[in-house]
Amino acid sequence: MIPATKPPKRRDEAKMLIVHAKEGSIRDALVVDLPDALRPGDLLIVNDAATLPASLFAKTPSGAPLEIRLLQHAGGSDWKATLLGAGDWRTPTELRNPPERVETGSILCIAEGFTAEVIDIAPDSERLGTIRFSRQGVDMWTGIYAYGRPIQYAYLKSDLALWSVQTAYASRPWAIEMPSAGRPLSWQILLELKRRNVRIAWLTHAAGISSIGDQNLDARLPFPEAFEIPQPTINAIAETQVRGGRIIAVGTTVVRALEGCAAQNNGTLLGGIRKTDLVIRRGFRPSVVNGLLTGLHDPTETHFQLLEAFADEMTLRTVWRHATSAGYLCHEFGDVCLIV
Amino acid sequence: MEVKNKSVLITGGSRGLGRALGITLAREGARVVLVARGLDELARTVEEIRLAGGEAYGIAADLGDKNSIYPLTGEAAALVGPIDILIQNASTLGALPLQLLLDTDCEDLEETLQVNLIGPFRLAKVIVGSMVLRQTGMMISITSDAGVEAYSGWGAYGVSKAALDHLTRVFAVELQDTGVTFFSIDPGEMDTRMHADAIPSADPATLAKPTDVARRILEVIQQGKRIPNGSRVILSEVELVQ
Repeated sequence: MIPATKPPKRRDEAKMLIVHAKEGSIRDALVVDLPDALRPGDLLIVNDAATLPASLFAKTPSGAPLEIRLLQHAGGSDWKATLLGAGDWRTPTELRNPPERVETGSILCIAEGFTAEVIDIAPDSERLGTIRFSRQGVDMWTGIYAYGRPIQYAYLKSDLALWSVQTAYASRPWAIEMPSAGRPLSWQILLELKRRNVRIAWLTHAAGISSIGDQNLDARLPFPEAFEIPQPTINAIAETQVRGGRIIAVGTTVVRALEGCAAQNNGTLLGGIRKTDLVIRRGFRPSVVNGLLTGLHDPTETHFQLLEAFADEMTLRTVWRHATSAGYLCHEFGDVCLIV
Repeated sequence: MEVKNKSVLITGGSRGLGRALGITLAREGARVVLVARGLDELARTVEEIRLAGGEAYGIAADLGDKNSIYPLTGEAAALVGPIDILIQNASTLGALPLQLLLDTDCEDLEETLQVNLIGPFRLAKVIVGSMVLRQTGMMISITSDAGVEAYSGWGAYGVSKAALDHLTRVFAVELQDTGVTFFSIDPGEMDTRMHADAIPSADPATLAKPTDVARRILEVIQQGKRIPNGSRVILSEVELVQ
């Protein structure tokens, strides 16, 4: 399938393939048709995490270029991070050189007055470690936003601006990469859903990095990710379930947060900031989510395995073949697929 | 809307009305993010709020620069969480001394619109979506009677405020019944540096104090449900419960 190589001019100009999992049937539609595809009483849940400018270029103490990709805020000025060697996003991550070896205590210079100290490096990979920014609080965030760029993708035609990687409802900057299934949802669509009595709720999930470029580390993705399900969303889920409506997750990050939380608590959803290490694969039986709006994923991707919790492999392969032949676009700025 | 424990973002927050609003809302228990171009004045206001026991952060940014919008909103949400109350207070008079429209450079009009209209629009686009999602929030645009009355010499500023008023009204119409409310507030003439820049001959004793105006705006926020959504509130005329 061809990747979308730039953000579309209009947020909601994307195609949507509707998949009826039980029947194994598929139908071509547009994302603006979403209100027709859902039913009154359904509940659509989005991830409202804004996307961080998580990629920062720096120099090692010897002057060698290095790219820091933030993975997870570890509290205070500390971040779990992946380190890449010289080069930029035009080279696929897996082909990027490893970073020059840096030791614990090394200072990585991002800009004058903004550095990062290496706190630890994973014993099994020089690409993984913890850094501590030289600034704290508001000054740290100002530094990240001043010198960071959104993580870029090798299939893109040009640099991504920060506004290109945000959903229409994004708030706290928790996501390392854009929760992309929600990117095509315009307020025109969301308000039309509300008019038709499809409720909309939210959670925040720290969508993590999609690739580190080290086979062993990539096999361990996704790493544990933070999430928060607010009480109004927990209530809305319970009310929807009682009334027989469907819970539709926008993106696999929403599935991970809801199912991860339920799995940790014997099926109960709890508020507060939590972390999940749940990896959803074929055979997983969702206990909360009934349907999913998602990007189109290659059968070789781990996301594809997650989709097998919602539709059988044969149906998903049919989806993939049809989407490829019908000119659907894949990846972050591409088309979407609604599995119900 | 109660302001205790709410996240508030105020543009033009380092001095004048913005500063007074920051102090007033922080005193009521709000988490306040102040945005202004100059870091020094901003830091002093933030320090003043903190010394009084309030929670405040300062972000230096130019609203007329589109590249500043996502960084400032991202930083604000990282520090205080989703914004509940957005106060669009920053504005510029344009070229000084004030000039007739025929003498106003097109670039000066453009710059005035960038700060007074386009910047607030960009900010609203980023922040209001999250309010609609959460079904709660308020956006206040600080306006001026120059946006209604045609005063000679106030063309660029007046045009920008008229447009900001209308922007605010259209938001209210498009997002009615979403739980998010929109007001323009005309605070009247105040003893601020901006007023002195515009009318150097004005007697400060005849002008309202920003602190008193901020207290009155707090009442509008608290009693927002009593005021029709999308209203242009003239602060000296609005009837509030004391």
